[in-house]
Amino acid sequence: MSDVLTTFESSLDGLDVATTRTDGDGFTGALDDAIREPAVGVPLGLDDVSLADTAVTVDPTAAALESARTGVTPVGAGIATYGSLAVAADAAGSEPVSLYPERHVAVLREEELHADMDEAFAWLGEEFAAGRDSYVFATGASATADMGEMVEGVHGPAEVHVVVLER
Amino acid sequence: MSAETRREKAEQIRHLLDTEGENVRENASHFNENRYDAIDEFDEYEELRTTVREIKEDAIERLPELVDTVTESVEANGGHVYLAEDATDANQYIENVAGDAETLVKSKSMTTEEIDVNDHLETAGVDVYETDLGEFVLQVADETPSHIVGPSIHKSREGIAELFNEQFDPEEPLETPEELTEFARDYLGERIRDADVGMTGANFVVADSGTITLVTNEGNARKSAVTPDTHVAVAGVEKLIPTLSDLQPFVELIARSATGQPITQYVTMLSPPVETPTLEFDEPETPLSESDGDREFHLVLLDNGRTAMREDDQLRETLYCIRCGACANSCANFQHVGGHAFGGETYSGGIATGWEAGVHGQESAAEFNDLCTGCSRCVNNCPVKIDIPWINEVVRDRINHDETTEFDFLVEGLTPDEEPGGVDLQKRFFGNYADLAEVGSATAPLSNWIAGTAPARALMERVLGIDRRRSLPQFERETLRKWFDSRGGSRVSPADADREAVLYPDAYTNHIEVERGKAAVRVLEALGVAVEVPDVASSGRAPLSQGMLATAERHAHEVYADLAERIDAGRDIVVIEPSDLAIFAGEYEKFLPDRSAERLDDSSYEIMEYVYGLLENGGDGESLPAGDGERVAYHSHCQQRTLGLEAHTVAVLEDRGYDVLTSETECCGMAGSFGYKREYYELSMDVGSELETQFQDEEARDRTVVASGTSCLEQLDSLLERPSRHPVQLLDPDQ
Ligand code: SF4
Repeated sequence: MSDVLTTFESSLDGLDVATTRTDGDGFTGALDDAIREPAVGVPLGLDDVSLADTAVTVDPTAAALESARTGVTPVGAGIATYGSLAVAADAAGSEPVSLYPERHVAVLREEELHADMDEAFAWLGEEFAAGRDSYVFATGASATADMGEMVEGVHGPAEVHVVVLER
Repeated sequence: MSAETRREKAEQIRHLLDTEGENVRENASHFNENRYDAIDEFDEYEELRTTVREIKEDAIERLPELVDTVTESVEANGGHVYLAEDATDANQYIENVAGDAETLVKSKSMTTEEIDVNDHLETAGVDVYETDLGEFVLQVADETPSHIVGPSIHKSREGIAELFNEQFDPEEPLETPEELTEFARDYLGERIRDADVGMTGANFVVADSGTITLVTNEGNARKSAVTPDTHVAVAGVEKLIPTLSDLQPFVELIARSATGQPITQYVTMLSPPVETPTLEFDEPETPLSESDGDREFHLVLLDNGRTAMREDDQLRETLYCIRCGACANSCANFQHVGGHAFGGETYSGGIATGWEAGVHGQESAAEFNDLCTGCSRCVNNCPVKIDIPWINEVVRDRINHDETTEFDFLVEGLTPDEEPGGVDLQKRFFGNYADLAEVGSATAPLSNWIAGTAPARALMERVLGIDRRRSLPQFERETLRKWFDSRGGSRVSPADADREAVLYPDAYTNHIEVERGKAAVRVLEALGVAVEVPDVASSGRAPLSQGMLATAERHAHEVYADLAERIDAGRDIVVIEPSDLAIFAGEYEKFLPDRSAERLDDSSYEIMEYVYGLLENGGDGESLPAGDGERVAYHSHCQQRTLGLEAHTVAVLEDRGYDVLTSETECCGMAGSFGYKREYYELSMDVGSELETQFQDEEARDRTVVASGTSCLEQLDSLLERPSRHPVQLLDPDQ
């Protein structure tokens, strides 16, 4: 178990974000536990796991996106000290799928964890250089205090769950 | 300013204290406390402040080049860049982009407030919806933002519920924050899905990749940017930074400085037009992969006075501002009365004076510019190290020079300052206070009697706007310098002394708070210091605070001339009044040649800092009276805290056996002349009430009160029944 992963989990815990650790074999079960149906998603783009055998609808219609309770996306990176997730604004639609449903389930490979902002920006620089130049660092659930006290789930997910694929 | 105007101003402040004060205070203090905590826990804070300052200086220096770079990069990405000269130009372009759009959704952006784009688009037939919940509340209420980060912090939950229930008439009346939030989210969610155009601001724009960065907690900026096919981002040109790596330190500082969060929920970095498939909510059965994918992006870079600010040596610094609101949150006046009191068309509080003067013109900054008392509490809290009080002083000076009255020739002939006739009489009175004090002491006690009579107070209130509820400082017939000479100068001769010091006879210590000066002399002598109390010019703090910069500068030259030779002779300059030490260490940099300012700064010490140094270097503490556990409540001084010198007083008192409790408020509310002014008296007392509450509670009620600043002592005298003194008086061997 790496220190970075532990730090990441404790940062997420502080943000009320739950983490599930799993591997290729346990993935389908872990994911099905993490989602609330109906769920939509974008392809994970990973070799050993996919959403094929899960209850997630990949490449949803606008209507499905609007009515989904969960959106499942891969995330390009996690930042351990902040508990942030790097969601790509990609052609598959990770951005709206992570944003519209009330619950976001993020799938992250342990290798993609970065210790801190220095490392994360070094990684982001490489992504930009490779032409992937639109990302959101999302940290916890969307929130506002504009109505008098902190309320989660404003124009964005109220709940976030991270599934980590261990090395 | 006429007595009538002062009365109206006082009235307006009273109204805001009653209606918005409580909500603003709760929210701004909350941001403020969270910021202190967040920064305490963040070791890289000071290092990153230095870094971002350098990045901003460099970026503003290279601004024209960065505009070219971003134009190339955005165009290469497939977007458009428009450099708008002013608000009209920007609005026209945006209207053209909107074309026949029916609705446009917006995320929070002060820059779009600055150009009033909503009104413009509404006139052009486009329905505009603010999707940030705070902005939405203001849009429904038809009010202006009261805070750069939390635009609606002046509103209570009850007020919002009432507003929504009246405006939208829901089946079940809305009440809880959850209900209100849910209602607004659903209402706006629909507007976002239907909108033709999405408009955002930008916290930062990375030039070489064309990346718009949005720092938010709600998801509305993300939704506004990607849901409609057309995205317009409006940003002041100063938002440009060269590269992606420059962005990192800002990301780590901005949320900590703004709300005390380590990072906001969303840091959105888009290099539009983005690849995200367009969302066809009107064709619900189209899968994402089959959407038409046509996105349009426009970056509107707004000049609106910024190029002129860049060329203005004094206002340029304003362009480094990242609009975190820390200067407003750490401002005692702001905390109590809120942004609406600070005037300004768009921006309010702290640095807003610089922004308003730069983008809307001086008049817009004029009205309530006085609310910055120069206390400097914001200075160490600004992540880009902007000298915010200086910007306020400069703008005040410029305003002074623009106002002229028919009596100018008369006033100019009579006053000893360097200012043109336009300067307000009240400002002249306070600005020339040191000269007045000379006369006051020379004619005491007569001067005190006359000034204290009812007709005199009425006249002073009418003509000078000095509130008659304030008691006036009493001039001493025997000044500190006279006393010192008549006792035969220093009791420790230079030949026997470990060190030699000049005790700076500031106007208050010399004429009013003479006892603290005497105590200081005796304390220094007890510690083996040969003391001199020469005739030195007054510091210029008083005219500086009234925006009389030329007069302040003249004082700086005189002070330096009076002290230079003494510094050369190896004497230390010991200062009792913290605001005078602060001007030596701060503004003198702007008035004197660098080497002179540095020399004076290096040789000057606050009295208790100096005592601390003497004790640390072998001085005999036993030669000073012991505290024997006496319980003391200590209020340091704003500028003293900014200089990091509160701790020295506490350490010395503790060393002598006192039990010290320190005040927790940002400011006592008096702030030099501020609390004397008719128009600000009530605000001053309201700010002071926090200190009063703390010093009257159980933990502090029976403690001896000490404070370092003259005006703090005066404020404490009016807040508390028990007397207060300068801490050096506790150490006085002769007490
Ligand atoms: S001046 Fe400094 S503290 Fe004030 S808003 Fe700007 S960046 Fe923040």
